Amino acid sequence: MRNFKDKKQYVIPGDVITTSPLRLRENVTLDGKRIIATSIGLTNIYDDSVRVIPLSAVYLPKIDDIVIGKIKSIFGNSWFADINSCYQGMLLGQDVFGRGSYPTTSEMKERLDNGDIIYAKIANSDRQREPLISIADQSLGKIDSGELVKISPTKIPRLIGKHGSMIQTIEASTNATITVGQNGLIVVSCDETNGLLKALAAIRMVDEQAHLVNLTDKVKKMLESDGV
Amino acid sequence: MGGREANVVLLDENGIRSDGRKVNETRKVTIKAGVLKNASGSAYIEFGGNKILAGVFGPRDVHPKHMSNPDTGILRVRYHMEPFSVGERKKPAPSRREIEISKVIKEALEPAVMLEKFPRTAVDVFLEVLQADGGTRCAALDAASVALADAGIPMRDLVCACASGKAADALILDVNNEEDQAGQADMPIGYMPNLGKITLLQLDGVLTADEYKKCIELGLEGCKQVYEIQKNALREKYFSSGDKD
Repeated sequence: MRNFKDKKQYVIPGDVITTSPLRLRENVTLDGKRIIATSIGLTNIYDDSVRVIPLSAVYLPKIDDIVIGKIKSIFGNSWFADINSCYQGMLLGQDVFGRGSYPTTSEMKERLDNGDIIYAKIANSDRQREPLISIADQSLGKIDSGELVKISPTKIPRLIGKHGSMIQTIEASTNATITVGQNGLIVVSCDETNGLLKALAAIRMVDEQAHLVNLTDKVKKMLESDGV
Repeated sequence: MGGREANVVLLDENGIRSDGRKVNETRKVTIKAGVLKNASGSAYIEFGGNKILAGVFGPRDVHPKHMSNPDTGILRVRYHMEPFSVGERKKPAPSRREIEISKVIKEALEPAVMLEKFPRTAVDVFLEVLQADGGTRCAALDAASVALADAGIPMRDLVCACASGKAADALILDVNNEEDQAGQADMPIGYMPNLGKITLLQLDGVLTADEYKKCIELGLEGCKQVYEIQKNALREKYFSSGDKD
């Protein structure tokens, strides 16, 4: 058997990655003794496990993920937010108004109305119900201004970069504030038009070229050049 | 189909078919992944004279709600022929044939997609035949499978499809429109090449038991050729520029 350690392969669904007995992580499945990729992406083989980092995927809510959502409707005692997933995030009225309170619809509308953007945490997510989201934390809550952009959720780690290098580069050279949700939604706010446009262009560049090397340098170069 | 009389020579004395192919040769196949911006995943296939566009949406909310399954996601497929896809205008309403093909394509894709990860949702596959030239169900299935992979739906394997059949008493690969009309048998096959499983098998016409076995073998060869093209289409979209990290 070939040794795939430290070597990343490009795979598409159905490709056999290895036949060694490794623990299965994301986007792989077992067929007899063969480990098969289930997504388009790059393989990552560790000492005891294997996974595929997808290049195209749907966002599935995970507990403790920080996401950006857009309020879609108010029903009963909760808000429903679009979190760029196949499920809607459910934000309970109690989470905002305190335990044991039963706010009326108009009270809820005053606090958060349809179309409002929120920065929230996935509080609970299981197969049975819609994922619960929460804004009960200092850093979380309604986002008042900024430009909402959507990129593939698989590209978010790339946008943040190692120890936040990529996002710091973009923020530093454009004076923009970038709020990133792990679901692929991003809010960019900046006082200068040029900075805003540059930050947006940089984000789009990361989305399109996430699988290439030296992306941070390329983004830096683009940010340093004049015009967009 | 039924050995209808026709003026075309399906197979000449040199073993060359009506469109200049050998008996074990497929038509020219080109696939492009990710052609539609608004769909989650998409693909365009040209399979000889067939031109088919596939768009995938979802996983998304199921409407009507009663169709949803709390254990798994559901797959819905709509195969549709454009009024201008054939010689004489086709009425745009779904015909008996289109409903059947939608069903068989759905059932051919179901073993490959892993929708149990998305309970209470639906994945919609729309297949629009822009131009038809025999073997549209296989071509549509090929495009659908690439579009599903492009949409990031987890799949055990790609599904590739190719027809084989019998015309002028010879077994042939990739039956075209004339051979379908005037030939003796047409057998579309859907296949998962890495898992080695057949997901679609239909037969229109009469074959002996021996011919039947040979016909499947021939069809699987065609499937494998199509699989390489499907793979390249996805590679081109996702891995084409630059080196990997």
